[in-house]
Amino acid sequence: MKFPLLLAALAGLVLALFLLSLLTGVAQVAPGESLRALLFGDGGPLTLVMREIRLPRALLAVMVGASLGLSGAAMQGFLRNPLAEPGVIGISAAAALGAVLALQTGLAAAFTLALPGAALAGAVLGVSLILLLAGRGGGALPLILAGVALSALASALTSLVLNLSPNPFAANEIVFWMMGSLADRSFEHVWMALPVMALGWLALSRCGPGLEALTLGEDAAASMGTNLRRLRLLLVGGVAAAVGASTAVAGSVGFVGLVVPHVLRPLVGGRPARLLPAAALGGAALVLAADIAVRLVLPGRDLKLGVLMALVGAPVFLHLIWRMRGQP
Amino acid sequence: MSLLTLDHLTVRRDNTIPVNDVSLTVAPGECIGLIGPNGAGKTTLLRAALGLIAAEGHSSLAPLSPRARAARVAWLPQQRDIAWAVSVGHLVSLGATARGRRPDHPSVAQALARMGLAAFRDRPATALSGGEQARVLIARALAQDTPLLLVDEPIAGLDPAQQIRTMRSLRALADDTQTEGGRAVVVSLHDLGLAARHCTRLIVLQQGRLVADGPPAAVLTEARMASVFGIACHHVDTPDGPVFQPMATVEP
Repeated sequence: MKFPLLLAALAGLVLALFLLSLLTGVAQVAPGESLRALLFGDGGPLTLVMREIRLPRALLAVMVGASLGLSGAAMQGFLRNPLAEPGVIGISAAAALGAVLALQTGLAAAFTLALPGAALAGAVLGVSLILLLAGRGGGALPLILAGVALSALASALTSLVLNLSPNPFAANEIVFWMMGSLADRSFEHVWMALPVMALGWLALSRCGPGLEALTLGEDAAASMGTNLRRLRLLLVGGVAAAVGASTAVAGSVGFVGLVVPHVLRPLVGGRPARLLPAAALGGAALVLAADIAVRLVLPGRDLKLGVLMALVGAPVFLHLIWRMRGQP
Repeated sequence: MSLLTLDHLTVRRDNTIPVNDVSLTVAPGECIGLIGPNGAGKTTLLRAALGLIAAEGHSSLAPLSPRARAARVAWLPQQRDIAWAVSVGHLVSLGATARGRRPDHPSVAQALARMGLAAFRDRPATALSGGEQARVLIARALAQDTPLLLVDEPIAGLDPAQQIRTMRSLRALADDTQTEGGRAVVVSLHDLGLAARHCTRLIVLQQGRLVADGPPAAVLTEARMASVFGIACHHVDTPDGPVFQPMATVEP
């Protein structure tokens, strides 16, 4: 498929799913009426539902999905490995730890943005630690090792908080939060996450030429005009901003960053730079679809987005590996 | 004007000195064979000359910014490692985009033609045989269209015909007088016969030190074969150039 056509098709899919997401919810209303209430507003409860509940939810699905898809594509390109995912450098685990601490200390109940704020602080702390640990070079291996170490440390501390939690309700809340969800989010979440994510998208969108050169390995890329140190800084900063903000507003949502780039790679001729925008759109479409599904499959039971994603993502991934077996 | 100058270049690792006080210059028109036993420091010398690893002393390429360096020298590492199933045409075009040129720059088609890859243009590079991939990677370096080309063991693992073709195209590149300022190639290899026939000059490394530098006939002496490589060679001068055939190992 021609690349512009692919992007147009993916954008069309995102738009269609965005509209579908707006029309999905507990309140059963005719589509025309919902959209009229959203666009023109009548001050009634339907306008409130559309503007304050469903619109931010759909927007967050697009933002979180695009962040995870884009980060996954960039990470796989940088590490030259189709099994890499945004979580590999430990930022999501660090963000989750921040959120868990906010929930445990009761800070999260103080004001709406305390929880995402604490998660972002966790992400910032995590990325600083990563850059410190990974050293001054531009290599991928120290980055992976630093990421594994950070992930392990953050997960251990999260477990410790749960372990020692004197308050079963807080522990319960933490476990549910960690499953990942876009339910009951507001425009406050959108406005908090958007600038951080946009910075991340900007950084990652500048990685294209470097990732292309990395197709031939680090040594060749360095000789082809790529400043590996700058590339790694852009990549780590970009992934930290995009994934940190995603985790802050939606909790842990796995598999998007792994599966989406994997599925779309053959459609862009394997080219890492072209995969970036395609995976961003693909990720947005997947999270929108999954967030619609959680509302349709078990209405009223609050099925978590992250749970559904893992339930769908893992078999899809198994299928991909099954198809890949025997290939070099 | 020299295309590369090394001045007392030294690379130190914990307890070893893989490159020890190497000085040399590379002039346009030269096709230099870098020879020496395994572990002599050939790859390390090339990487240090490029500025890819830290070194003491001076290399004229090391202080350049990555962009400026990409316009002066193309580097072909030994690892033939292509991460994604991109098309041959796209892979080779990365040589042009490394220079800030368009992917359809004439240097790309030229490089594909030179390596006999025009018919492979749309095939995924990862689906090709090892020998074909080696040619694709050489074409990528050629498409960078630089006055200097550093190549690390390009003929390892190729069949005899491909070895000869590869060495011929590297030599043809050095002989190219059409390019303003001329071109030069530095190629590390183990086949002394091919090195003697196709290179204009040979540089011998032994335990990080440059122990010989000159025309092939002057460098590949019986005594040096024994002292550096620990081998005895059968040496015949033919109308097609010298033939070296290692026959036996000897105690150095």
